[in-house]
Amino acid sequence: MPVKTLTIDGKPVSAVEGQTVLEAAQDAGISIPTLCHLDGVSDVGACRLCLVEVAGVSRLLPACVTKVTEEMEVRTESERLKRYRRMILELLFAERNHVCAVCVSNGRCELQNLAVAQGMDHVRFAYRFPPYEVDITHRMFGMDHNRCVLCSRCVRVCWFIEGAATKNVAGRGADARIITDLSQPWGESETCTSCGKCVQACPTGAKFHKGSTVAEMERDRSRLEYIVTAREKKQWIV
Amino acid sequence: MDRLTFATVWLGGCSGCHMSFLDLDEWLVDLADMVEIVYSPIIDRKEYPENVAVCLIEGAVANEDNLEQVKLIRARTRLLISFGDCAVTGNVTAMRNPLRTAEPVLQRAYLDTANLRPRIPQARGIVPPLLDQVLPVHEVVPVDYFLPGCPPPADRIRTLLRDVIAGKGSLLSGENIRFG
Amino acid sequence: MDLADLLEIKEKELRTRKPIRLRCCLAAGCVSSNGQAVKESLDKAVQEAGLADEVEVRQVGCMRLCCEGPLVAVDPAGILYQKVAPEDAASIVAALKGGETQVKRGDLNHPFFTKQMSIVLENSGEIDPERIESYIAADGYQALNDALVEMKPKEVIDAILQSGLRGRGGAGYPTGLKWATVAKMQGSKKYVICNADEGDPGAFMDRSVLESDPHRLLEGMAIAAYAVGADQGFIYVRAEYPLAISRLHTAIKQAKQHGLLGSGVLEAAFTFNVEIRIGAGAFVCGEETALMASIEGERGTPRPRPPFPAERGLYAGPTLINNVETLANVPSIVRKGADWFAGIGTEKSKGTKVFALAGKITNTGLIEVPMGTSLRTIVEEMGAGAPDGNQVKAVQTGGPSGGCLPASQLDTPVDYESLQQLGSIMGSGGMIVMDQTTNMVDVARFFMEFCMDESCGKCTPCRAGTVQLHALLDRILRRQATARDLELLEELCDLVKHTSLCGLGQTAPNPVLSTLRFFRNEYLELLQPEIGAPAAFGTPPKPDVNPTG
Repeated sequence: MPVKTLTIDGKPVSAVEGQTVLEAAQDAGISIPTLCHLDGVSDVGACRLCLVEVAGVSRLLPACVTKVTEEMEVRTESERLKRYRRMILELLFAERNHVCAVCVSNGRCELQNLAVAQGMDHVRFAYRFPPYEVDITHRMFGMDHNRCVLCSRCVRVCWFIEGAATKNVAGRGADARIITDLSQPWGESETCTSCGKCVQACPTGAKFHKGSTVAEMERDRSRLEYIVTAREKKQWIV
Repeated sequence: MDRLTFATVWLGGCSGCHMSFLDLDEWLVDLADMVEIVYSPIIDRKEYPENVAVCLIEGAVANEDNLEQVKLIRARTRLLISFGDCAVTGNVTAMRNPLRTAEPVLQRAYLDTANLRPRIPQARGIVPPLLDQVLPVHEVVPVDYFLPGCPPPADRIRTLLRDVIAGKGSLLSGENIRFG
Repeated sequence: MDLADLLEIKEKELRTRKPIRLRCCLAAGCVSSNGQAVKESLDKAVQEAGLADEVEVRQVGCMRLCCEGPLVAVDPAGILYQKVAPEDAASIVAALKGGETQVKRGDLNHPFFTKQMSIVLENSGEIDPERIESYIAADGYQALNDALVEMKPKEVIDAILQSGLRGRGGAGYPTGLKWATVAKMQGSKKYVICNADEGDPGAFMDRSVLESDPHRLLEGMAIAAYAVGADQGFIYVRAEYPLAISRLHTAIKQAKQHGLLGSGVLEAAFTFNVEIRIGAGAFVCGEETALMASIEGERGTPRPRPPFPAERGLYAGPTLINNVETLANVPSIVRKGADWFAGIGTEKSKGTKVFALAGKITNTGLIEVPMGTSLRTIVEEMGAGAPDGNQVKAVQTGGPSGGCLPASQLDTPVDYESLQQLGSIMGSGGMIVMDQTTNMVDVARFFMEFCMDESCGKCTPCRAGTVQLHALLDRILRRQATARDLELLEELCDLVKHTSLCGLGQTAPNPVLSTLRFFRNEYLELLQPEIGAPAAFGTPPKPDVNPTG
């Protein structure tokens, strides 16, 4: 397997050809903020939080879908990136109704954690306050669209890990939303296997176990990793 | 050293942030050495005074009285600090905003659920009408510093006030800026 | 079908041509102003006058001066009748034989016509778009024959490279380079896609080409397919263009019947099939990766590039995607030579460009001009300026991805680089003229609303950023914004431009940025004073350390 040598934030890093900048950075212990990325499912480069600077490239590149190249010089931190990341988070917070104080994921939310990490102490944009519903028709799970960031992780685990293809995205732009089957109540879905992978995959409090109240929603990502490892390595190991 | 003029204000919120402020316990004594509290729900003064150096403002802008007050406060205050999630984000106070107007909230609170003389209280000059949309403070006037949290824990308040009183501005970072 | 057959069709077509010809525009513009009825009544009038042996009434495509339609041209007399009503038919026919007619005649010596140069539109308004013979009579499919019989694929690519042709869809990427990349890719199944998902507000260049000369596009696609080694083509056209779709269907059927598409094209060892795919109304499907996803039956959202379509495109095969106008240039380049084409235009922008002139301008319609023609020539001379004595204030090019140039920049030559330098883009060719009654902040909001509605919703900056940009512009227009909001607007433009996933988001701030650049005062005039801290206090201390954990 050909090896590529590159630098990330000045640190020499070796990576295997075909690896992404994000993977190479994670292997080297350098953290890059992500939201739509989830280990084990294909990347879509949608949230734009993992944008990095690469020497000689005028555009910013999403680390999750950019493959490493020989002698690549990557910068994951700069004033400009910091500014952009903070602003992307502000956009996400203003887009729907994220009320941390009453959220099932308070304290364990990736969006909330990102805001902390990126120094976002307030949102300069006007909150949109869109009216969204909560779908609690499923026996075990709920979906609160108010808290959805449209990362599509639930859709991808549903399609590519579970293979049920129950979840999808419908609508365009600000009207885009996660749907079940052909936009019907989750509880009426005949394709949903109730595996719960989408709930495990959700970064915010949008998908939750019914019965969990404020700050109670704990996710166990190792359950996803277990299956991904089994699929990739053909072994049932944790 | 002259003590700084200091105010705290309670707009559309649950007063939990003020409770947390009182949780500063014995540090309140230290604080009293540094600032003079010129206006606050915990002291008896009816009108917000001129020339306030630092003001903590709890709660969102939810009614017409809040709206007027916040403008007055801004015009009379050097450093305005959004105190707690309702002031910073709208938070729980703003959870009625997706309903678009105040009407459904009043309907629910004073008519649907009332069993004795259901009516929406209306008294100009006494009961301030609700705004259709609840606003975080900085959407109305410029805010200098932000102190998130629902409520912000006492030590977070202390950290901020120490730096602000020392003239360093807000240096809150990390867990100290967590919402919720 | 071979060259001899082509020439025979051409010869027969010319031989049977009647001495007097009435050309009736039946492209969408004139159809919508009752052009079909005009043609029918002309047909009838010719019959009634007993002139059927001498006079031919022919449906043709766009004759360009759309605002004066329905248009009828008379050959060989060289007359253009404007705003023709069905009742005018008898007098027009009578006028052919020395009678009188009161129907308004266009001035063919007006710069609108004389300053045009036709390559892409050379057959537009001349031939019958629904008859392949009509196209063949105008030397149609000879370029394809030249390519298949006399040129190796590489020679075709070299010719396109040498011609200097650049993509007419907006970005201006060198077409030959794109072809060369696809040609080099290994892969048994390659595709050629024509992007006919023209969606910019006010743009109708591609529609006109499709409606007026569909075979030209098919020929261009076939040549491209031969050059890159593809055997399957798709035309992705928006559902809002029913006439174009119908004419394309007719053209594809005729071309197959004549052995110009299908297997063994022109008796050469070359197979090429073309299918039409109809878009469902999403602007973003004009973005190439979203377009391919849509053809595959997926949700039409863009994906990050690389991989570029040339490496991994439709159904994971190497794919060439060109815009309608780009491909429509190809037959002429092959037939007349790369040097001929490279001799037109400017140093870096070769050939001609078709523009759809719209907005506050006297002559609304379609023009094709050599690259490098100044905006002033287009707007003031050809378009005859703003109507009703108003002043031209700005010209918007490039649709929602472009920018507004002020009247002071009218001497800008129309080429890729000059427009880009001024913060606009060539774009696909929409040109919207505004007069002094137009508020530029309102214009920016209009385009932002368009982008907001058309954002696919996949990436955050475009999905949520356009919403906030629109909200900020709206706030400014409602006179509720302060300097803080303007600052935020500019910061957000920077974000959306540099972090969005695809071209839609990356260019969405352009109308704001260009109006801010040239019409900043109009923004400032709308701002309100901020309620600040008392002046006596001065500015509050700002932390010298950035609050990051």
